[in-house]
Amino acid sequence: MSLIRYQTPNSVMLPSLDRWASLRNDLDTLLELPFWAGSGRQSQLFSGWTPALDLYQNNDNIVAVVELPGMRKEDIEISLQDGTLTISGERKDERNQENGATRTERSTGTFRRSITLPTRVDANKVSATYKDGILTVTLPKAEEAKPKQIQINLN
Amino acid sequence: MNTLVRENRTANGDRPATEQFIAPAATVLENTDGYTLEVEMPGVTKENLEMWVENNELTILGRRSMPAVEGTLLHRESRPENFRRSFELDPSIDAGKISAKIDQGVVTLTLPKAEQVKPRKIAVG
Repeated sequence: MSLIRYQTPNSVMLPSLDRWASLRNDLDTLLELPFWAGSGRQSQLFSGWTPALDLYQNNDNIVAVVELPGMRKEDIEISLQDGTLTISGERKDERNQENGATRTERSTGTFRRSITLPTRVDANKVSATYKDGILTVTLPKAEEAKPKQIQINLN
Repeated sequence: MNTLVRENRTANGDRPATEQFIAPAATVLENTDGYTLEVEMPGVTKENLEMWVENNELTILGRRSMPAVEGTLLHRESRPENFRRSFELDPSIDAGKISAKIDQGVVTLTLPKAEQVKPRKIAVG
């Protein structure tokens, strides 16, 4: 998985090609699947669940937003080690087969997303909220990592 | 590639304004009393959820609101599109008794089967 800045490739000049832009977006997403990126994601190939993760940065914080619908707060684990944020958990499939025919599209089982943070963060001040199925993790940057104005003294 | 594109003509009718949707993942369970439908719509709240039944077709539409984060985007995997999906209902479902609730981005619908359709034992007289 490469960490590149996302830029929406909308072609403004030819609006009739909107549908092709959407096809290209879909193919882009399809071709960015884990098995092309290698490195530590093999174990996820067969676990079936990779929740979407967005990462933002501003002067004070790094913010990670993960789509995790239908989880219980206690089933989500967030850990930080050596500058890598790991979000993992398990969605248990509580249904037994006493029910009749089923069709399951929702993913179940364990998931694990790790992301290397671009700057150092203060591990003691990390906070997270889980609302409407979206987990938002706010990681305040370590003081020395924040951008600072440097005063120029002219003598 | 599960994007559904619906076209709406704008007021002056010259260029259609397209709203793109993504079909959310859904799990269907069936038992003797009816069906349970679970649809995953992260970021959708009760106020932004619309559901309707028309001609034995149930349509669910959810408009998502991602948390507003100040700052630059470093990496994005989520899709901005809203969710929309239609399901054709088994005629045995009593459309008037469909109920729904939403919790942490998952909409759970209960679709009960009409009474006379449930298996009934017939006593031998």
